[in-house]
Formats: sequence, structure tokens, C-alpha cells
Amino acid sequence: MSIASGSVDGIPAAEVPDVELYHPRSWITKWVFSQDAKVIGIQYALTATAIGLVALVLSWLMRLQLGFPGVFDFITPAEYYQFITMHGMIMVVYLLTALFLGGFGNYLIPLMIGARDMVFPYMNMLSYWIYLLAVLVLVASFFAPGGPTGAGWTLYPPQSILSGTPGGQDWGIILMLLSLMLFIIGFTMGGLNYVVTVLQARARGMTMMRMPLTVWGIFTATVMALLAFPALFVSAVMMLLDRLLGTSFFMPALVEMGQRLNHEGGSPLLFQHLFWFFGHPEVYIVALPAFGIVSDLISVHARRNIFGYRMMVWAIIIIGALSFIVWAHHMYVSGMNPYFGFFFATTTLIIAVPTAIKVYNWLLTLWRGDIHLTVPMLFALAFIVTFVNGGLTGLFLGNVVVDVPLSDTMFVVAHFHMVMGVAPIFVIFGAIYHWYPKITGRMLNEVMGRIHFWVSFLGAYLIFFPMHYIGLLGVPRRYHEIGETAFVPASAHTLNAFISVMALIVGAAQIVFLFNLAWSIRRGRSAGDNPWNAASLEWQTPQTPPPHGNWGQDLPVVYRWAYDYSVPGAAQDFIPQNQPPAKAAE
Amino acid sequence: MAVAIALILVAVGSVAFHMLSPWWWTPIASNWSYIDDTLIVTFWITGVAFTIIVLFMAYCVVRFRHRPGHKAEHEPENKRLEWWLTIGTTIGVAALLAPGLIVWHRFITVPANATEIEIVGQQWQWTFRLPGHDGRLGTVSVRFIGPDNPLGIDPSDPAGQDDVIVEGGELQLPIGRPVKVLMRAIDVLHNFYVPEFRAKMDMVPGQVTFFWFTPTRTGTFEAVCAELCGLGHAVMRGRVVVVEEAEYHAWLERQPTFVRRLAAAR
Amino acid sequence: MTAIILYVAVLGSIAAWWLSRQRLMAKPWLEVGAAGEAPGTGASEVPAAKLGLWVFLAVVGALLTLFVSAYLMRMHMSQDWRPLPTPWMLWFNTALLALSSFGLHRAQMAARIGWRQGIEVGMIAGGLAALGFLAGQYLAWQQVMAEGFGVATNPSSSFFYLITTVHGLHLLGGLVVLGRTIYRTARGAGLEQLRLSVELCATYWHFLLVAWIALFGLLLHG
Repeated sequence: MSIASGSVDGIPAAEVPDVELYHPRSWITKWVFSQDAKVIGIQYALTATAIGLVALVLSWLMRLQLGFPGVFDFITPAEYYQFITMHGMIMVVYLLTALFLGGFGNYLIPLMIGARDMVFPYMNMLSYWIYLLAVLVLVASFFAPGGPTGAGWTLYPPQSILSGTPGGQDWGIILMLLSLMLFIIGFTMGGLNYVVTVLQARARGMTMMRMPLTVWGIFTATVMALLAFPALFVSAVMMLLDRLLGTSFFMPALVEMGQRLNHEGGSPLLFQHLFWFFGHPEVYIVALPAFGIVSDLISVHARRNIFGYRMMVWAIIIIGALSFIVWAHHMYVSGMNPYFGFFFATTTLIIAVPTAIKVYNWLLTLWRGDIHLTVPMLFALAFIVTFVNGGLTGLFLGNVVVDVPLSDTMFVVAHFHMVMGVAPIFVIFGAIYHWYPKITGRMLNEVMGRIHFWVSFLGAYLIFFPMHYIGLLGVPRRYHEIGETAFVPASAHTLNAFISVMALIVGAAQIVFLFNLAWSIRRGRSAGDNPWNAASLEWQTPQTPPPHGNWGQDLPVVYRWAYDYSVPGAAQDFIPQNQPPAKAAE
Repeated sequence: MAVAIALILVAVGSVAFHMLSPWWWTPIASNWSYIDDTLIVTFWITGVAFTIIVLFMAYCVVRFRHRPGHKAEHEPENKRLEWWLTIGTTIGVAALLAPGLIVWHRFITVPANATEIEIVGQQWQWTFRLPGHDGRLGTVSVRFIGPDNPLGIDPSDPAGQDDVIVEGGELQLPIGRPVKVLMRAIDVLHNFYVPEFRAKMDMVPGQVTFFWFTPTRTGTFEAVCAELCGLGHAVMRGRVVVVEEAEYHAWLERQPTFVRRLAAAR
Repeated sequence: MTAIILYVAVLGSIAAWWLSRQRLMAKPWLEVGAAGEAPGTGASEVPAAKLGLWVFLAVVGALLTLFVSAYLMRMHMSQDWRPLPTPWMLWFNTALLALSSFGLHRAQMAARIGWRQGIEVGMIAGGLAALGFLAGQYLAWQQVMAEGFGVATNPSSSFFYLITTVHGLHLLGGLVVLGRTIYRTARGAGLEQLRLSVELCATYWHFLLVAWIALFGLLLHG
């Protein structure tokens, strides 16, 4: 046991025996200021869900306004812009990023690679608390004078810090930027943990090529996030200075409402470059963990090895690398040098190839499988449908000239909701149905799960598929009402109202899900250690839910990859990763 | 089973919706039917891919669903199949990209005989500037912007004296003549978008952006702002009227020039 | 964005080199059996804290490189850039920071041979020099301010204050950790533990020195 070389500054190494681990001494250190990655993961997940509910309510409000303009007088244009901005920012950063990396990352990485905990538990705890602080600052902006910022989640200057935008000259934008900076600091602390834990604390025998794709996805996404989030940090700092100290990083000479402002020479495009250098990798920071998790869900519930594991790993790596040189495809009509369009369209469409390979391999895993239509599997199937749909419309928007008429229309809104809203959230749902038994020891209620699935899947598809066609008409995004517009037929307003009604229904279905989460903690069917007969390591813990330290006396030793399902000659249709070769044939 | 039916419904329903729904793009009024063509190609390729994938899933769910005694096949990978799929996808992607890049090249190559006009965005209205008899637009700077000079035309530049300024009204354009639209914003980002023309570009304060097109159909077209610009974003409307050449000149004559505006203001 | 692209490319190459040793071409389903046959594919032997520091430095490097990218783009995107008169103080400060780095290097050497007093002297000297550097940076601000360049006067000065602040804050964070290590040394912490702590501090210091020299070069360039 290499205690000496691994233990620094009182932080125990991952491979120390149970007695050497940090031990909570009270209820507070066990459940509140906990340093156990599993508890931190749950804290992340609960906080992200809570703030996600705020985002859900905001989406209801904005859909009410869009679907029935003029009916809900209490929603002013200013509030509408605040709703869409906060909805977008919350969903992308505070929900999806935090939940995939902070939530699933914390809970699953140590369990899946056979470690006792993250390598820097104290820093891991700090990571969560700074995240919580970031969320609180964000929430505070709702109560600040002038309300939250309404600059759109992209926060494009100059408008984001001018008086024509809600919160631009008030507290809204300042709190938004501060919150983002806090989030990034907190994330970096967590991210260091996830990366180093994967590199340093894998159990004996757990080579990189034996890791479940979930870990591959979260690991790669974390590496990307560590390099991409600084770009958001830099743009936030610089915008804050433009706003507070009157510098001109992003602010050109301009006349606002007849008033000449004191800025000179700054470049709004500079902000966009920095923002999207973060923003595009961010899409994959959300997508890669989803890819990984869904691969595992499909494999377990189709009782078949993930098809083309090596290709899947390579594709994750290639997508991660390429995602750093495609950012300007968000800027085709931004006024940047038009010749960049050739380069970025090419790199963007190249990414489609490894992404398509992943889709094929999911399908080929289903093919000749033994498909159990459990709730996790249902959500995995729904993910494939919505992800393929959203991915294919990405080929419209990535192909520079096709993007010209479609950019900044509802087509874009439909596209990114399908591909990075609905699809990853389906993975989150599937993952929760899948791992809830490990987290709580009880199964989620099946009937409620199916209701939740059907309403969410069909409803979300009915919301976002028709929305593309509203965009095709030419309706721009970020309009609080379409208004009297010659090129928009009356029937489109009806469609809009229909979408709003569906949004309300789908939102309401989430209440069933939340109720199920609470109800099943006590009333759910007892799950046992491995209810899905899964092969990966997290299902092989001696106790469920796993106690602090995860593994009891001895760390597991890994003898095989995570996908030994339906192996010919094996006694069962799965072989756990930690089962020695001799025993498998018994 | 219900899942398989739902998947088939999604695939068939999406195609049916695409074919039958009344919501489709506006009838084109510019030379950019190339863009429409590229879009159609993209719809075909992606539509076929989507339908095949979803129907294949439905097939798998039916054919390989769990039944007593049924066992999954152990098959870690299939190199040949994966290579064929990769190559097929690459060809499909190339078939999208190649025409896209060719049309993009056209989109950014402005013909030499294009007339330059200027559209300026500010919260929350459009202003148009057209060259006078000299056929040239005068130089501008934010420094000169004032109540009498909303676009900041340099008063000492002779080329700017006869510039025609249309504030808050409609822009008229002659049919069949290529126009290079120079775009400026004086406060925040805007984007002048006429769906019938297909072309659009952001206006960025501090720089001049452009796009070009040739109107091919007479009529009145509504312009909207397609880049979030603050509270009035949704009501920032404009109008472009495409007319015959002679009518255009008559209209142009009626518009006030920069000198006359300045004189009137004094 | 050239600077950050190059930076990511360099990190990407390191990642590619490491991945190439993880047997990515292996067929894991064929390799059932006892663990760790292939050397180098197991968990890293490097202490977690050391690995963590290197990953952290990669992140800080990205942050600073992004500032460099923003600096260069802002400089070339507009015509309003006025070169900043470089305060002579910065040369002096650079020497101080190098001295500070050298102090930590000595401390690391001392830790290697187990000479406790040497560790303490090296770290305290390094820490004092670093404090001197920070004070010097403050004086350099005063000099720039006296030349009539405030925070919002010109992007060149805005970037000057911004970049020196970001670098200074990182050094300040380092000083907190260094202070803790000095305290623990004085309290007589185990040599094995100190050895790693001192090494980590030294690595961080060298990084900040290299980063400062790069940033200083950038400021001179502008």
C-alpha cells in the first residue's frame, strides 16, 4: 500500500485501506459538509434539479407568452427576455454541466473505476459549495433591482451591458457574470478531481480500455471543460470591466439613444470568439457524458456488449479534439471574415462522421440483442431518436450557406433543444432510473416511470419537431411575440399555441417523475445489489447503497472489460468485471 | 410493442408532416435559389438517414425484444461493417458540404456591377442610405452622429453631400440589379433579415459588414431584426419594396439628400 | 485565437502521446485475465497531488493563453491601440520573481538531501522575494498611472492592469500554500511529506515565472 507516496497535505490517497479514509464524525460532516464523492454527487444533483425546476417554470412562462400573446399581460417584454436568458443559462451551465459532471461524475467515477473516493475529497467538497454559491448568486439576481439580465444566454455585448436590455445597467448582468465566474472556479476544483481520479485511482486491472464508456465520456468532457471554461471566465472578466470600469475590450464607439458613450474601438466579435471557444466545446461537454451513459444503458438493457467499443472510445476522443476547432460555426452571419466559413463548415461537418459512428454502434448493439424494454432502455431509445433528429438538423446549420437563412430563427431553437436539451435530459432520466437502485437501494416505480416516459418522449418531440418549420418560415428567435407579420400565416400562430400547450403538459409530467423520486425512497421495491444484472464495477459493491469507502476491506481487482454480456459458454448472461477468469465458466 | 409503433409513428409522422404541413419557407424573391437547392439536398439526405435509423430501431425492438429463451448474440465488433458505414457517412457528408461551400463562395463574392447601398440599425429602427448622382457613399464616423446627422456622415466629404437618407420608412430597390448591402449599427448588434431574400448578416457597431443579392420579384417585403438587440427587438420592422427600374429612379428623386437635410435642419 | 489554438494543440499532443501508450488498439474483450500485464496501462504512479498540480497548471496556462489571445486580437482588430510606456520597474520585478523561483529551487534541493534548515531558508527567501515582486508590481502600476494611463484609458493599459492582476492573484494563492508549508516545516512535519510539498511549491513558482516572462514579453510587444 503506497500510503507514503500518495498521501499529501492530509489528503488520503485513493488506495489506502478503509481505516485511513476521511471519516465523518457527525451528521453535519456526513450529509452537509461531506467529503464523500457519493454524497457530493447527490448534493450536486439535488441542487441542479432544484435550479432546473426554476428553468422549467421559466420555460412555461415564456411559452405562455409565445403561444398566447397578449393574454398573459403580466409577462412584459422585459420579463420575457429575462426568462429566456435565465432559462438558457440555467439549463446549459447550472443544470446540464453540473448534473453530468458534478452529479454523475462524482457518484459514478469512483465506483466505476474501483476507487474508494475522489483523490482530493476536501477540494471536492469545496467544489460543491462554490457551485451552490454560484447558484445562489444567480438566484439573487431575480431579486436584485432591475431583475436578472435579459441579454440572451449568449450575453452578446454591447447590448448585454446597455440600458436597452433588462439588467444591462442594473445588477442583473453583474450578478450573472459573477455567478459564472464562481461556477467556473468551483467546476475547476471538481474537474481536477475527476481527471486525476481517473488517471491515478483506477483499481488494479482497470486499464483505460476496460473502463465503461460512461467514465470515458465524463473523463473526456471534463478535460475539455477544464480547457474551455477559462474562455468563458476571460470573457466574463473582461465584460465585467467594460461594464464597471468603462474599459473598451468589447465596446466600440457607439451612440446609445442619442448619447455618445465613452467606449472606443472595442470589438463585439472578440467576445463572440471567446464565448464560442467555450460555447461549442460546452455542447460536447454535455453530449459526451450523455454518449457514454447511454452506451452503458443500451448495453446493459439489451444484454449485449456495446458494439465496436474501440471505435466508441476513439470517436469520443476525436469528437473532443475536433470540438475545439469548430466554434465559429456559431458566427457564420456575425460579420467575421467570411472566408473563415470554409474552414469552420468543413471541420463542423467532419465531426458528423465520428458522431454518426456512435449512433450506428448504438443501433448495432440493439441489433441481435435481447432487448429488455425497461424504463432506462425506453429513455435510451428516445435519446437516439431525438439526438439523431437534432444531429441531422445540425448538418443544416453547420453547412455555412444553409445556415444563412436559418440562423437566428426558431429553427435554431428547435435544433439545439432537440440535440442538447431533450436528448441529454432523456439520458439523465434513463440514468436516474438505472442507478437510483444503487443510490437508494430501491427501484423507482415502474408505472409512474412509463407515464413519465411516454408523455416526455412524445410531448417533447411534438414540441420541437414542428418548431423547425416555424423557423423555416423565417420567424426569428427571441421574439416575445411574432406580431403582425406578412410572411407568417395565421396557421403558424395556431401551431405556436399547440407547442405551448404541449410544453405545459410535458412540464407537468416531470411532477410525476419528482413524485416518483420521493415516493420510491421509502416505498419502492427493494432492489438488491445488482437488479439489472450489470457487469460494470459499481454494481459489484458489497453493500447497497455503497457505504463510505465503497468496497469494504479489499479494493476490487478487475479481470475483464465492462461489457461481458451473453458471452457464449458463460453460466449467466453477464460476467462481472471483477470475476476471475476461472470462475466465469462455472 | 408500443415502443415499436411509436417509433414507426415518429418516422412516418415526421415525413408526413414535412410533406403535408402548410408551413414552409416563403416564396423566394432573390437570386439565392441556390441556397434553397442546397437546403433541399440537405433535407433529402438527412430525411432518408433519419427515417432509416428510426425504422431500423423499430425493427430491432420487435425482432430482438426479450422473450423467454431468447439470448443476445456476442459480437464485440465488425470491422467491415463499421468501415462501410463510415465510408457511406463520409460520402453523404461530402455531398452536403461540397455544394454548400460552392454556394458560399458565390455568396461572398460580390459581382463588380453591384450597387452599394447602406442599411443602418439602431435601437429600434432601420435607416437606409443610398448613393446620390455620383454613385458613391460618403465616409462616416460615430463622431459626427447628432440629431441632424443620424448616420454620422462626414459633412466635409463631397461624396456624402448627395447621399439619400431614408429614415424609418421603406427601402425601394430596382428589380434585377445586384445590390451590395453595406451594414452598420450605431449602438448594438442587429441583423436585417428579409426572409424572401434568404440572405442576412449581422450589423456590428464599429465595423461594416455586407451581403449581396439580386431582387428577382417585385413586391413589398417585410424586414425583421434577427439578432437580439434589446427590448424592442421584436418590433424592429422595416419594409423593402422591389420595383421596376424607372419607378425606382422616380422614388429616389423624391428622397431628401444629406445637404438638403442639413439645410432644412438649420 | 491562434495562441490558444496552438496551446490546445500542444496539450493535445501530450494527451495523444499518453493515449498512445494506453493500448487503444487493444481488443479488451479478448484480454480476460489477471490485471496489469501490459506495463504502463495501470493507474498512474505519480502522486495524486503532483498530477493534480500539473493538470491545474494546464488550466491556468489555458486561462493566461486566452488573455494573450484576447490581447493580440484586440490589438489588431482596431486602430486605437496606443503602446504603453513600459515602466522600468517591471525589469526589476522580473529579477525579483526569478530570485524567488531560485529560492524555492534551493529549498527543493535541500529537501532532496534532507536538510531542514535549508528548506526553511529557501522557502522564506522565496516567499519574501515573491512579496517583493507583488509590491513592485504595485509600484509599476503607480508608474503607469503617472504616465496618464488609467484602467480605461486605452486597451493597452486595460490589459496591462488586468494581466498583472490575474498573474498576481495566482502568485498570492501560491503564497498562501507556501506559508502553510513553511508553518508545517517549522512545526517539524515529516521529511517525506515536506519533500513533495516543497516540490509542488517550486513547480508552481517556476510556472508562474515562465508565465510572467511570457506575459512581460507580450506587454513589451504591445
